[in-house]
Amino acid sequence: MRISVSVNGRSREADVEPRLLLVHFLRDNLGLTGTHWACDTSNCGACTVHLDGEPVKSCTVLAVRANGHEVTTIEGIWSGTELTPVQEGFHREHGLQCGFCTPGMILTATAFLEKNPDPTEAEIREAISGNLCRCTGYENIIRAVQWAANSREGVSA
Amino acid sequence: MQVPARFDYEVATSVEEAIELLERHGPEARLLAGGHSLIPMMKLRLAFPETLIDIHELDGELRYIREADGVLQIGALARHQDILDSEAVRKQYPILHDAETMIADPLVRNMGTVGGSLAHGDPAEDLPAAFMALGCDVVVRGPDGERTIPIDELQTGPFETSLDPAEIIVGVRILRAPVGSAYTKVKRRTGDYASAAIGVALNLGDGEIRDAGIGMCAVGGQTLRARSAEEVLEGQRPDTDLYERAGERAAQESEPTEDARGPVEYKRDLVKVLVARALEKAVERAEGGA
Repeated sequence: MRISVSVNGRSREADVEPRLLLVHFLRDNLGLTGTHWACDTSNCGACTVHLDGEPVKSCTVLAVRANGHEVTTIEGIWSGTELTPVQEGFHREHGLQCGFCTPGMILTATAFLEKNPDPTEAEIREAISGNLCRCTGYENIIRAVQWAANSREGVSA
Repeated sequence: MQVPARFDYEVATSVEEAIELLERHGPEARLLAGGHSLIPMMKLRLAFPETLIDIHELDGELRYIREADGVLQIGALARHQDILDSEAVRKQYPILHDAETMIADPLVRNMGTVGGSLAHGDPAEDLPAAFMALGCDVVVRGPDGERTIPIDELQTGPFETSLDPAEIIVGVRILRAPVGSAYTKVKRRTGDYASAAIGVALNLGDGEIRDAGIGMCAVGGQTLRARSAEEVLEGQRPDTDLYERAGERAAQESEPTEDARGPVEYKRDLVKVLVARALEKAVERAEGGA
């Protein structure tokens, strides 16, 4: 089936089998390997991307489902010049160890802070509960998201 | 790498077209809503639909939550997250809000739909148990028009429903706003299915419990209603002793099976404890507490 998906603001067309999963379309067809592929059972969240602005697990979304829709991957988060507040937070607070969960964490946290710019720690924990860190570095990840929230507050104040 | 078996793919642009496509492709076709139950089953080759009819473009028709005159209507494509975000649900149907905070995880809740969780017929889905406690009509449309199925008659067995092959769930209609309700659940971790979960809805009149509904999740071959426990409650003044007796009765009515989440005895004990906790919370809310 012929599909046309806006990926990181760029229209991408391809002929795909209906059973192709979005994660494989992004990684194998488009070479966007920043979207990680891990548990394959919609548990771990390493494959998180934004579909029309909402974070979703791309191992459980068909590529054909994204036809005519907008997808943002970790490659599309960055402006190319400076880090986003969430990226900066992960950098400053050492929010990653091996880095495998990081793209998913950043995409989840970015969408979360759009909806809830001033979250409590409990709300942050709940927000990332669908993203697993195999290094168990959750404390620093939570601090990274808090750093981003605080910095955005500073920007808007 | 887990990949579904091959299937044909269609996109419906209206409910009418979805019904036509279901008729054309026959009983081996399945509707695809959020896909967060169906696609994992297809990846594990536990489900092999010949055709998927994608209905995500029907958001305009089927994605809504409307509350008016004590009736709550939820469209089949309302996402779990939409229920969490609804002020009307939070205030008047806290059982649904409770349940949604415990369903899967936030990312899955962005995709998973109300209609999908009903049509899937999984006895471990939470929403059917919550809806059963509230009592509701499931509104379905097919080649012969629209009809309603009482929630108690929707599931007919594990992953089986009373829907005809060419019928589509368009929404649910909850005909009462109980004065108190709550949902409780024990799960091993975020993203896991319930070891057991219980939904309770009730009214209070002259200090006595009225119209109690109890739905039980993951403790039988289908979503169960604890009718005998409901009878124990009717017309009684609420206290912890009563909650325990209702819990014991519900535990007897439950039909759990042993699995990785625990043996039968443990799950019956969960039912007993969760019924008591849900009742306590629901009564507290009915009396104007949290």
